[in-house]
Amino acid sequence: MTFRARHLLGIEQLSPQEITEVLDLADRYVDLNRRTVKSSDVLAGMTQINMFFENSTRTQASFELAGKRLGADVMNMSVAQSSVKKGETLIDTALTLNAMRPDLLVVRHPSSGAVNLLASKVNCAVLNAGDGRHEHPTQALLDALTIRRAKGRIQRLTVAICGDIAHSRVARSNLILLGKMENRLRLIAPPTLMPPGVDGFGCELYDDMKKGLEGVDVVMMLRLQKERMDGGFIPSEREYYHRYGLDAEKLSYAKTDAIVMHPGPMNRGVEIDGEIADDINRSVIQEQVEMGVAVRMACMDLLARNLRAERGRAAVGVMV
Amino acid sequence: MSNNSMILHLTNARLIDPEAGTDSVGSLTVQDGVIVGRNAPAPKGAEVLDCAGMCLAPGIVDWGVKIGEPGERHKESFRSAGLAAAAGGVTTIIARPDTQPAIDTPETLEFVTRRAAESVVRIRHMAALTKGRAGDEMTEIGFLLDAGAVAFTDVFKVSTNTKALARAFTYARSLGALVVGHPQEPGLSAGAAATNSKFASLRGLPGVHPMAERLGLDRDLGLVEMTGVRWHADQITTAGALPSVIRAKERGLDVTAGVSIHHLTLNDFDVGDYRTFFKLTPPLRSEDDRLAMVQAVAEGIIDVIASFHTPADEESKRLPFEEAASGAVGLQTLLPAALRLVHSGDMDLPTLWKALSLNPAKRLGLPQGRLAEGAPADLVLFDPDTPFLLDRAKLLSKSKNTPFDLMRMEGKVQRTWVAGVQVYGV
Repeated sequence: MTFRARHLLGIEQLSPQEITEVLDLADRYVDLNRRTVKSSDVLAGMTQINMFFENSTRTQASFELAGKRLGADVMNMSVAQSSVKKGETLIDTALTLNAMRPDLLVVRHPSSGAVNLLASKVNCAVLNAGDGRHEHPTQALLDALTIRRAKGRIQRLTVAICGDIAHSRVARSNLILLGKMENRLRLIAPPTLMPPGVDGFGCELYDDMKKGLEGVDVVMMLRLQKERMDGGFIPSEREYYHRYGLDAEKLSYAKTDAIVMHPGPMNRGVEIDGEIADDINRSVIQEQVEMGVAVRMACMDLLARNLRAERGRAAVGVMV
Repeated sequence: MSNNSMILHLTNARLIDPEAGTDSVGSLTVQDGVIVGRNAPAPKGAEVLDCAGMCLAPGIVDWGVKIGEPGERHKESFRSAGLAAAAGGVTTIIARPDTQPAIDTPETLEFVTRRAAESVVRIRHMAALTKGRAGDEMTEIGFLLDAGAVAFTDVFKVSTNTKALARAFTYARSLGALVVGHPQEPGLSAGAAATNSKFASLRGLPGVHPMAERLGLDRDLGLVEMTGVRWHADQITTAGALPSVIRAKERGLDVTAGVSIHHLTLNDFDVGDYRTFFKLTPPLRSEDDRLAMVQAVAEGIIDVIASFHTPADEESKRLPFEEAASGAVGLQTLLPAALRLVHSGDMDLPTLWKALSLNPAKRLGLPQGRLAEGAPADLVLFDPDTPFLLDRAKLLSKSKNTPFDLMRMEGKVQRTWVAGVQVYGV
């Protein structure tokens, strides 16, 4: 086993070999998930706590289902409404939960780096379910799995990431992962939605979507994150849709077999045309959701193995 | 402890004289709190101290120190700040008015002046330029001057009420008061926790473009030209702002500029994995900017180096980076950190001491910063080469938020005197 990580905080800390191992294992969980009886016992007896400091439906449901299918006891803490409002700090919340001896902690937080901070204070495995604008590693892994299954490989592809890159943790994790796997990357966005210093990312940059989509294998659309904007990034949603919304005409510049992806939830008619999103020949958006559960099962399985091994070594007093 | 009326003769010292720009072995004689002789024979009955060739320089005048009184004494008191300063070779603290409440009335100024008696080093106070540092109404600049304020500043709060600021500058001009500004365009820097860069973007941290500093500076310099006020930029940290400083000086505006020691010795990469002790105001800049600032100090474009000592308790730093408090303590680390600029060959000791001691004293109208006869005997004796590993737990400040924790540093203070009285000694 090459996957050595104690936590899954970001793609940045993973090697290409570790990424491949996650994807290989996730492929097996896809098969399991397609059976009628989906249960496994690899996390039996373990406790998983989902701690979401930011509202989420899809990601939380996906992690919950992944844990349950592996036999873990899953608890959802809706932190957004609880003690944090009473003034408790992130670290105190983490220490309180840590005292309940969970094995896996799934955390989403609105501040970049908050999950790294929390992971340094607990002695269970921490999975980053999205921190601010920093990383969303399981999203990048599920995107990679989706691409690999659709294209037969996750190397030497031309991938365009389009839209609100500045505010997107999905974009950051994806560009790190796709870069590590040696793909050619293009970022397409209005200049106001490109992050500062983007010219150092090693990607090709476009503000013209048609040019940017020419000959690409994969089109990754991003949600326009209205809630993260303090106004004035784009003139209007209708102008944004006209220039950067994915429709049939713009998609015609991509390769004829190019796939269309979106991390969801979609703003139909803002960044993507509804018909493209629903086109089963081009859109893999539903597959992404399915792969999400499998990838999260794989990540939790691998982290649990490392956790067991670490605790085993500690129990017999081996120097680590 | 030597006592004030005794004669102290310091021999075999490497005298660092920023006024003369010299670095030469000699002796100093001190009596009644002032320097009474240089390279003179030891007077009869004098207590003689052999400095063993170590450096003897005017004590540092640290311009822009936050002390937690009133309001945040758990972070720093006059007593703890004084002890940290003495151990760091700082003999005069120029304290900031960004306390709770702000020092914006003669009454609060009198309170802190009284409290400052607990410090073993000299403390002079700046007062707020506007009431509550809110940027709308000027404070009682006249009364505050009478009560001893050495300068007027709203610290890191930048007023967008240009008309109110113009009036405050005009009024300050009529009284000859010195105004200290913080060059920053507040709209552009709103919400920022880092400087725009690839690194900040990959960390997902909201950034500010370095241009925000020049924009703020240019506005303030316009007001300076309009009103003729004596003005000092607290921190210039970006290369893009330097031409504006040079132009203002060339045109004869009464303008000086400072920089923090952290922006001279650290860069934005040092934030690393969200290390909140490196969160500063303004945020750390690129390496190119850092090098430009070092050169600007060496060339005298930037006049003052200060620590911008900002104590923060552990709780306010144990937070996600964006939410964590900004600022670092620096009274005790200013000297060894500044010596990095000498060890790196960027400047010599007299040049460095101009920025640490002589220039701030001159600008604030204080007699410190000199080794001449008649100058106050505020002195620091240090070995510039002693290596050590900084342990933040050993700092004398109540707050331990230093970015230099566990870093290798060179240069240790051996003794510090204020008015001829030893206030620190190893």
